[in-house]
Amino acid sequence: MGFLSMGGYGPYVWTAYALTFGVVIICVAQGRRRHRRVWNDLRSRLQVDTERSK
Amino acid sequence: MSGPDPKLPGLLDGLAAVVRRDLHLAWRRPGDVLNPLFFFAIVSTLFPLAVGPDAEQLALNGPGVLWVAALLAALLSLNSLFLNDYEDGSLEQLLLSPQPLPLLALAKSIAHWLVSGLPLVLVSPMVAMSFQMPPRSTAVTMLTLMLGTVSLSLLGSIGAGLTVGLNRGTALLSLLVLPLAMPILIFGARTVSLAAAGDATSAGVYFLGAYCMLALTLAPFATAAALRISNE
Amino acid sequence: MWTFLHKLSSPPYFYDLAAKMIPWFAATGVLLIGYGTVAGLFFAPPDYQQKDAFRIIYVHVPAAYISMMAYVVMAVSAGIGLIWRMKLAHAVAAGAAPLGAWFTFLALVTGSIWGRPMWGTWWEWGDPRLTSELILLFLYFGYMALRAAIDDTTRADRASAVLALVGAVNVPIIHFSVEWWSSLHQGPTLVRAGGPAIEPVMLWPLLAMILGFMLLFTALLLGRVRTEVLFRERRSRWVRKLVYPEETA
Repeated sequence: MGFLSMGGYGPYVWTAYALTFGVVIICVAQGRRRHRRVWNDLRSRLQVDTERSK
Repeated sequence: MSGPDPKLPGLLDGLAAVVRRDLHLAWRRPGDVLNPLFFFAIVSTLFPLAVGPDAEQLALNGPGVLWVAALLAALLSLNSLFLNDYEDGSLEQLLLSPQPLPLLALAKSIAHWLVSGLPLVLVSPMVAMSFQMPPRSTAVTMLTLMLGTVSLSLLGSIGAGLTVGLNRGTALLSLLVLPLAMPILIFGARTVSLAAAGDATSAGVYFLGAYCMLALTLAPFATAAALRISNE
Repeated sequence: MWTFLHKLSSPPYFYDLAAKMIPWFAATGVLLIGYGTVAGLFFAPPDYQQKDAFRIIYVHVPAAYISMMAYVVMAVSAGIGLIWRMKLAHAVAAGAAPLGAWFTFLALVTGSIWGRPMWGTWWEWGDPRLTSELILLFLYFGYMALRAAIDDTTRADRASAVLALVGAVNVPIIHFSVEWWSSLHQGPTLVRAGGPAIEPVMLWPLLAMILGFMLLFTALLLGRVRTEVLFRERRSRWVRKLVYPEETA
């Protein structure tokens, strides 16, 4: 079956698959990073507010 | 008494009033009309300067360049569609008017076309000639440009309504309108090329006509919604 | 059913429910994608005409479907938000846009890679499907740009909703373009009268990939909407309690 060579079309097939999984991983990472950023921003903001009101 | 009071302004009166007002304003500010026209002319001149005087090449690419120039010129004039009214408060008055807002939006688009699209259509034969395009394509050029610029005025008013009063609204307006304008460009340029080659052009003309009808019936409602949202 | 929908529009309820649902969608999606990838790369026989290059179908077609599905989700939720003034619906639209743009990009690039050996060209400007998919990408960009340009959240939501609805006309054009105009693209393979025109042993991995990516997309979307909700509701009591429980009321 020519695992890697894919009948000569290897570079095309593997690049396509690599890009696909790459984009999915980027989407996951981007989503998690954003969530964490919003969370941390909010938390520090609330901390500052509580400190200030003490 | 039966039927509507004939002394009260009807729908057509409202439409005509807005169109008349916009034309009047445009008359007082000739720059609004002339600038896009000059832009169209200049861009059309840049093309043969850049590509060289070879008649065959000019004629081959002429339709495409003509259409791109028309598209850019139309985009240029869209930004001010609602901007002046927004700034002096008359847009708010339009929103408060008892006339249906989609009708008034349609009126604005019509006025915009009369002031920007129609002159383009009338000037196009001269530009086409300068590109060495054969005379048999002139009629189709004007027809397709007419349908295309009408659609552009309608679609553009949606974008103008959404971006009125925003910073850097012009660039954003172009970004919003261009994807919708691409089919017009594709079919318009292709049809003119076919006409220049002497082939049948009905398919392209029908498509542009259909697109125009779709825009005519739906765009005013989208523009009205956009204006309400932008002015809350 | 209506109670559920009504509860769903409550942000804290959605926030918790989505947190529970994401792992299920993600895990099932990954499993299906895993099966589809392995079966598609190794167990499906080479295509008669395209040999092994046809295997790109297993990533290209799902990406293309998701690119359109994301737009439909975006437009429908934007419409719901516009008509019924549901903030959560607007959050869904906002979350779907960047994901949709990524998958559209993926569809275009994998399609281009597939096209090079098959059609001999990386791109074909005259092709209606390629062009309308490219237009879709620009529609996503326009949507995100409009959102970014408007500071007021409500106006941004409603303006971008109008834009999303206007652009929705492009989605059926993408699908039907191969039937209406002559195109390098082959005609519809799956959604057509007479059933799918593809061998079962090649079909199952494809269906698995499509479904798997749909589930994965849903998981990603739910995650993004959660973040949106958290940000939009940042001043509310439930968020404050959640993020900073030490603050005694």
